[in-house]
Amino acid sequence: MSAPNTEAAVASAAPEGRRRRRPVPGSLLVGGLIVVAVLGMALLSFVWTPHDPTLVNPAARLETPSSEYWFGTDKFGRDVFSQIMMGSRTTLFVGFVAVGVAALVGVVLGIVAGMAPGWFGELLMRGNDLILAFPALLLTIMFSAVYGAGTLVAMIAIGIASIPHFARLIRGGTLQVMRTEYVIAARAAGRGPFAIALRHVLPNVSGLVIVQASVGFAIAVLAEAALSFLGFGTPPPTPSWGRMLQESQEMLSIAPRLAVFPGIAIAVAVLGFNLLGDGLRDRFDPKMEDRR
Amino acid sequence: MIVRLAQRIAILLASLAVSSVLVFAFMAVLPGDPARVALGTSASDTAVAQLREQFGLDRPLVEQYLSWIHGLVTFDPGNSYISHTPIGPQISDRLQVTLWLVGTGMVIACIVAIPMGMVMAVRHRKPSGLILSALSQIGVAVPAFLAGILLITVFAVGLGWLPANGWTPPVEDPVLFLKQLVLPALSLGVVQGAVLTRYVRSAVLDVLREDYLRTARAKGLRPTQALLRHGLRNAAVPVVTVLALQLATLLVGAVVIERVFVIPGLGSLLLDSVSNRDLILVQDVVMIIATAVLLVNFLVDIVYLLIDPRLRVGAS
Repeated sequence: MSAPNTEAAVASAAPEGRRRRRPVPGSLLVGGLIVVAVLGMALLSFVWTPHDPTLVNPAARLETPSSEYWFGTDKFGRDVFSQIMMGSRTTLFVGFVAVGVAALVGVVLGIVAGMAPGWFGELLMRGNDLILAFPALLLTIMFSAVYGAGTLVAMIAIGIASIPHFARLIRGGTLQVMRTEYVIAARAAGRGPFAIALRHVLPNVSGLVIVQASVGFAIAVLAEAALSFLGFGTPPPTPSWGRMLQESQEMLSIAPRLAVFPGIAIAVAVLGFNLLGDGLRDRFDPKMEDRR
Repeated sequence: MIVRLAQRIAILLASLAVSSVLVFAFMAVLPGDPARVALGTSASDTAVAQLREQFGLDRPLVEQYLSWIHGLVTFDPGNSYISHTPIGPQISDRLQVTLWLVGTGMVIACIVAIPMGMVMAVRHRKPSGLILSALSQIGVAVPAFLAGILLITVFAVGLGWLPANGWTPPVEDPVLFLKQLVLPALSLGVVQGAVLTRYVRSAVLDVLREDYLRTARAKGLRPTQALLRHGLRNAAVPVVTVLALQLATLLVGAVVIERVFVIPGLGSLLLDSVSNRDLILVQDVVMIIATAVLLVNFLVDIVYLLIDPRLRVGAS
């Protein structure tokens, strides 16, 4: 993973891509590459890591980066690079489930709220806004107080907290689709709301779903890192970037690099998903953009 | 205007009611008995029953809910199950600390974001604008606690200019207070500022395309003059919304930042009460944070009515 290079590339490519409405958004390319790299790293970690990421080796404590230990070792002698590789798995897994939960519920809620008659749709959106009062971290901490901390609790809580963003966006898209002539024609022809939702609304808002999924992934990665940092995420010994940071804090005066590597991993992954989201947004029909 | 105001107030009250029921219901369904949890498994049944009675846990749920709400509204939420100390003073002490953090963070975010976003918008095709834009994209990707750790590494561990952690109330030692506030507030503010920058940029870009700005230019104002005189007020509407939404992020971000910098704020109280299994305290703190978020959203709606005359005419 060559973080400095990708960041330099972003500096020249991202803003260009954002403003232009033509194809070839640079952000799509750079974001896509970063996401593929993180995904590749996670998949690779299933078959190969340079060292066993959980192996405690007192003989190799706090090694500086070398050809043997690419990113050095931590205070237990565990290989930092291998931990980062394994950590990407944790991050992506949490992201997938959280975004999945949020998209599933949020899309249904958004479409129903967009197609329902005035007051009911309004009520659904009010309920939706209420979830915004409980950000992911707060929700996870509250859930953890009751069910105990763990990956599942974190994933579901992050997912629930992300529902409102999906629902709001999809409702906006649905309202637009419902005003189009083909929907009016379909309704005149006697098609039921369910058929219209599946045949006309869903395909037309799917672009929005993909864009929001990418942005939502970035939010989930950030939330997971913060939660692991606080000890509410994936329990040890499974490596996670947030906990690596937390463990690094007591070693800052001796080995600040222990904070730098997982930090870069988090920032690059988030950057990748954000850029991908931006690029996809530019790519899809700009008329569908819900600009509030 | 008055109808709209009444509507907003009704929505706020309904939201508060629903969210308090949700929080209460969620904590009430929890497996096990809070009194048993508080006393541990070795406690005798009579002791548990006594504690249940003392905290009213033997009463019907509706009654428990109402007395909880009554306690919160009258700023007297009773005693903790675990430490038996009054919760009210604890929360207000901790809240003050967190408000310092969040407030300073917000100010730093604005100081960073408003000029930067404007420059990015005005120069959006020039290299300087593009570089700033890329910087903000990177800033968005950095979580506040990572920024905090990096700031500690550089300014506390490396250069030794500022303390790495701790908290002193401003009345005790104002200088130390400021020194200890700088790094945590910066970590919150700079990262939040990066997010805000992007919204300022797009709001200003939207305004720059408006006809009235072209008219202002046509009558001889320079671009900056036109923007400052006619553009800012209009760009403010979306920016104020984002600022308010960010307050929730900042409050929650403060939870993590307080852990990084060992600051006794509301976030630390929440985390400590979770690990002590002091559930009533968890319930109270969660509700306070949710209330703060709802209140701010309400205030934003009101500010909207004030800054945008079009909204006053009830065209919904």
